[in-house]
Amino acid sequence: MKQKKTKSVIPGFGLSFGVTLTILSIVVLIPLCSLVVFSARLSPSEFLHTITTTRVLKSYWISISTAFVASAINAAMGLILAWILVRYEFPGKRFVDGLIELPFALPTAVAGIALTHMTTTQGWVGKIFYDLFRIKIAYTPLGIVVALIFIGIPFVVRSVQPVLEKIDIQYEEAASLLGATRRETFWKIIFPEILPALISGFSLAFARCIGEYGSVVFISGNIPYETEIAPLMIMSKLQEYDYASATSIALVMLAIAFVILSVNAILQSMVSKRVSGIA
Amino acid sequence: MNLRKDSGALKWTLIIIGELFLALFLILPLVFIVRTSLEKGLAVYFKSITDQYAVKAAFLTIKATIWAVVVNTIFGVCAAWCITKFAFHGKKILSTFIDLPVTVSPIIAGLIYVLTFGRQSFLFPLLDRWDIEIIFATPGIILATIFVTFPFISRELIPVLTAQGTDEEEAAALMGAKTWTIFRTVTLPHIKWALLYGVVLCTARAMGEFGAVSVLSGHLRGKTNTLPLYIELLYQGYDFTGAFAASSLLVVLTIIILILRVWLEGRGNKDADIRK
Repeated sequence: MKQKKTKSVIPGFGLSFGVTLTILSIVVLIPLCSLVVFSARLSPSEFLHTITTTRVLKSYWISISTAFVASAINAAMGLILAWILVRYEFPGKRFVDGLIELPFALPTAVAGIALTHMTTTQGWVGKIFYDLFRIKIAYTPLGIVVALIFIGIPFVVRSVQPVLEKIDIQYEEAASLLGATRRETFWKIIFPEILPALISGFSLAFARCIGEYGSVVFISGNIPYETEIAPLMIMSKLQEYDYASATSIALVMLAIAFVILSVNAILQSMVSKRVSGIA
Repeated sequence: MNLRKDSGALKWTLIIIGELFLALFLILPLVFIVRTSLEKGLAVYFKSITDQYAVKAAFLTIKATIWAVVVNTIFGVCAAWCITKFAFHGKKILSTFIDLPVTVSPIIAGLIYVLTFGRQSFLFPLLDRWDIEIIFATPGIILATIFVTFPFISRELIPVLTAQGTDEEEAAALMGAKTWTIFRTVTLPHIKWALLYGVVLCTARAMGEFGAVSVLSGHLRGKTNTLPLYIELLYQGYDFTGAFAASSLLVVLTIIILILRVWLEGRGNKDADIRK
């Protein structure tokens, strides 16, 4: 048995705990309970029927595949950005560092309409792509990927950057004295060290992108079976006041997010074990 | 000898790739917004941003943002105080619940509130009797905004207070200081930069929230439209100049927030260094 609460001389526990619990209940706990209560009342057959219709399955696939591609691109670019910000000096470095946070601070709807308007076949960027390569960006899955790349930029950079800053120069010195090339040093010494951060940045971006709505809804064009994302399916069910279907789709999305974050947690413990095993 | 030195070619290739990527994905959209909003001249631009519905939408956004910042500040300070200064069971569960709102999709956040306060909810008869409107009205918008920014302030405060420990507060308490005095004179000086930083992050996210607010808003022009929802309305009505003019206001706020963020981060780090 654990011993009971140790008495603290600091006052104010009752007050702060009470306020915390009250606000938490109103904002998070009661709404969460009502989701659980409502879900429990769904009939299993209806639930299965809703989530296995072709249109809904297709929307899950579109959300997951575009989020995966965008997060993979962000993992690579995030690694490069974190690397140049930590290792190199160049003009405008502070500006670049501050800019990374832009997707977080810019309202998603604003980003959404800007990216859409730029990438239609008449837009600044879309016109170039269409004239040169006959590639359409807005209103295709490619457009969704573009919006999700925008949203996901800060995640990988901000999780890799602090780890890269903390790597001790001694490891690299040792590797180099033992005759390793820069390339070998990077892949055998530095990369394993930042891999956990890279994976966790990727997972966070992936989970965020699957649920993203504001920036995607404009650029996707919302064509059923082609560019309709899962959050939009929930939204359209809600607009039809079909709360049962909306909740069913949402429960599957919550499960997907839970799986992504759990896989990340498992990978983290595996990778960190391996790294510490070497050391 | 600097062992970390990469060849100049590799270094500049990586820097150019990184900068081009950011220029294409981050700078170009901003330039595009400003350019498009001014396409039809300054007169049209000013007419768009002073449109009565635009102004009303801006006020609703400000109202929701202030609510979110105030509630989350009270919550964040109390939560951080009881999590870091006291030992009790269930701390981990408490932290999990506090972080939960940012991990769910904004649309699902909206859905949860519709289920809680909507017509099919067990609370509905009660709300109906007291004539309280929450969803498709301003309280719903405010609640949704609080929800999506819920952990932003506590998450900034907890690491600072954990690093600071409890010795100073204990000493103050033993010398007979009251709760409020301890907080104001001992704790607050430690957390003021982190608190401001959290407020800035909270403001950034609150003013731009779209998905959750979209679910809970009645989309009534001049009544329950926030600025991002108003932008959507204009854009879908093919009023591109108007949509981008309203967007440019949010772009200006975003840039102010980014500058504040960098400044506060610098201040916070400087303070932490002095204390070491």
